[in-house]
Amino acid sequence: MAKVKTEKHKMPEQEPKKRIKNFNEVPYGYDKETAIEEAKRCLQCKKKPCTEGCPVEIDIPGFIVCVANGEFDKAAEIIKAKNNLPAVSGRVCPYENQCEGLCTVKKISLYAEPVGIGRLERFIADYERNKGVKIPKIKKPTGKKVAIVGSGPAGLTCAGDLAKMGHSVTIFEALHAPGGVLMYGIPEFRLPKEIVNAEVDYIKKLGVEINYDVVVGKTITVDELKNDYDAIFIGTGAGLPRWLRIPGENLDGVYSANEFLTRVNMMKAYQFPKYDTPVKIGKIVATFGAGNVAMDCARTALRLGAEKSYIIYRRSEIEMPARKEEIHHAKEEGVIFKFLTNPIKFFGDENGILKEAEFIKMKLGEPDDSGRRRPIPMPGSEFKMKIDTALVAIGQSPNPLIPQTVKGLKIGKHGNIETDKDGRTNIPGIFAGGDIATGAATVILAMGAGKKAAKAINKYLKLKK
Amino acid sequence: MYKILEKKVLSDTVKLMKIKAPLVAKKAKSGQFIILRIDEKGERIPLTIADYDRKNGTVTVIFMEVGKTTKQLGKLNIGDNLLNFAGPLGNPSEIKKYGTVVMIGGGVGIAPLYPIVRDLKKIGNYVISILGARNEKLLMLEKEIEEYSDEIFITTDDGSKGHKGFVSDILKKLINEGRKINMVMAIGPVIMMKVVTDVTRPFKIKTLVSLNPIMVDGTGMCGGCRVSVGEETKFACVDGPEFDGHLVDFKNLNLRNRRFLCQEEEACMCTGV
Repeated sequence: MAKVKTEKHKMPEQEPKKRIKNFNEVPYGYDKETAIEEAKRCLQCKKKPCTEGCPVEIDIPGFIVCVANGEFDKAAEIIKAKNNLPAVSGRVCPYENQCEGLCTVKKISLYAEPVGIGRLERFIADYERNKGVKIPKIKKPTGKKVAIVGSGPAGLTCAGDLAKMGHSVTIFEALHAPGGVLMYGIPEFRLPKEIVNAEVDYIKKLGVEINYDVVVGKTITVDELKNDYDAIFIGTGAGLPRWLRIPGENLDGVYSANEFLTRVNMMKAYQFPKYDTPVKIGKIVATFGAGNVAMDCARTALRLGAEKSYIIYRRSEIEMPARKEEIHHAKEEGVIFKFLTNPIKFFGDENGILKEAEFIKMKLGEPDDSGRRRPIPMPGSEFKMKIDTALVAIGQSPNPLIPQTVKGLKIGKHGNIETDKDGRTNIPGIFAGGDIATGAATVILAMGAGKKAAKAINKYLKLKK
Repeated sequence: MYKILEKKVLSDTVKLMKIKAPLVAKKAKSGQFIILRIDEKGERIPLTIADYDRKNGTVTVIFMEVGKTTKQLGKLNIGDNLLNFAGPLGNPSEIKKYGTVVMIGGGVGIAPLYPIVRDLKKIGNYVISILGARNEKLLMLEKEIEEYSDEIFITTDDGSKGHKGFVSDILKKLINEGRKINMVMAIGPVIMMKVVTDVTRPFKIKTLVSLNPIMVDGTGMCGGCRVSVGEETKFACVDGPEFDGHLVDFKNLNLRNRRFLCQEEEACMCTGV
């Protein structure tokens, strides 16, 4: 076996000091030479643990060997055979827990880093997009119609796969733009909207139609869609913000992460007044929670001009659910982390504008249901801190609109739609996947769910007369 | 794209538009609202549905020019298009037989009141309408509402028409006369709705108010429209827009509605609307 370089090739990035003054993407991506060198680190092992760890089952060694040989078009074909949105997943996937986490190269020595699979996927997706995306062969029309509710990662993936199988697919989107969380949630500096639009264009070129401004459950119901379509896939995500439920949470200056990010990302408030939607940011910003959304909020706050941006988390550093890369980027940019700290009250000035918060220190007790040590408040440790803006990023619940409006649909205890592992609900012909079924998870898991559901829908349509 | 089929100038700052939006018109019910966006750079604003025509596929909105978007909207004409128009959103009004209902509209709040008055009358309620405005010129839909009212009262701040004073004066008078009132609904400025609820509270008369706070998506996603109702936080977009007026924290609502006043001025200045 040839000696393998233990470190991944670095991906060049914008300097932290520079990038906190703009919304441009942070990493620049590999150039051709670096991509080829990185691809050569792959051992092409027979077991392919990476592919097993991929929710959309990409033939990872297959595309990597093409990259190593400089056959980028072929690499793109292999990725696209399984993944409709590679430029997205190549940027936001938690590779470290999936493909890269299982990479054999990691086992060579204690310090060996896995092959940069995510970076290579991103390189190939960007290469293909810049060159002009090739539209694959589409099977001859089956005459079957499928309605997809929601154009987020689950819906787009399901739509793309079904279109390739020859079905006629229509997406119904409540908002005015496609992409769901890819558009309203994930910031420009992590996932440029131009790239989301390009991926959506690819799905449209497969023959998928997207109808905007259709709030399914209000404008039209799932039961009505059943009259016109042979099958329905629901991918409406986890759009309902969770709150801290502490006094003062309705003061001016307290935003849900959803409101803050939607204003900035989808409505482009960072370009106000060129765009009409405003957002207000104070000098001292506190983000509550420590997931990827919290990192997005804290980093966005800096870019909007906050002097200090805090992450306030009730557990300790090791329990943070955000990806390591996001935490690393946030630290580099100067986000201040306050662990084992929980807010208990917000205070406003005489005009009802947030000015201060009271916190309590926490300690870790026994593990809870999530397996993480439960945070316990320490009486007497209360303290106050001046804050101007509070961003609540402690999670989202499934959007209740569809669960509430479909007669007889089986709903789980967290308000999620109950499905089997292939996305079948208890009603024949109605499928669901992504966060609406699982509760808030990741983009790639939603894409995986969309993929599985597409297979199940195809099977269902074949059996249906 | 959603075409403007009709436009009426009701006063200097209040305009009516009939928009072609067949899917919305098909489902619209009184009490619900829509969210519109004028163009690519536009913001999303909620407007309560003033009327709808299922056969012709149109939805009527009446709006006062108060901010950048409503001013820009007011400048559009018949034949122009809106980029986005989504709805109907929120819960419809509960249309049932209450007995005697007092329907109070203030200023541009008279517009969304109209279809509710019509529906409540059609189902057999005894409808007393009280319409108020700053002056006669700002009054609207008087004839339309009169058609579906058993009694109608007009008030203006300056006395240019009807009673000189406020809608709450008439409401107090009715209560003091010992009229049996089963339900009061108030739609209008926050302060008007607050005063109405203060009047009815001691008499324990069920009082509904329709709220139209700042929204972004209108589908329960952002929580920008949250209001304190009793001990709970509710979203006007999915839990409302109508709430029990005796439980609404109007002070907080007023503060939250002023969140972006400075930015609103800046947007108007920059674009010269």
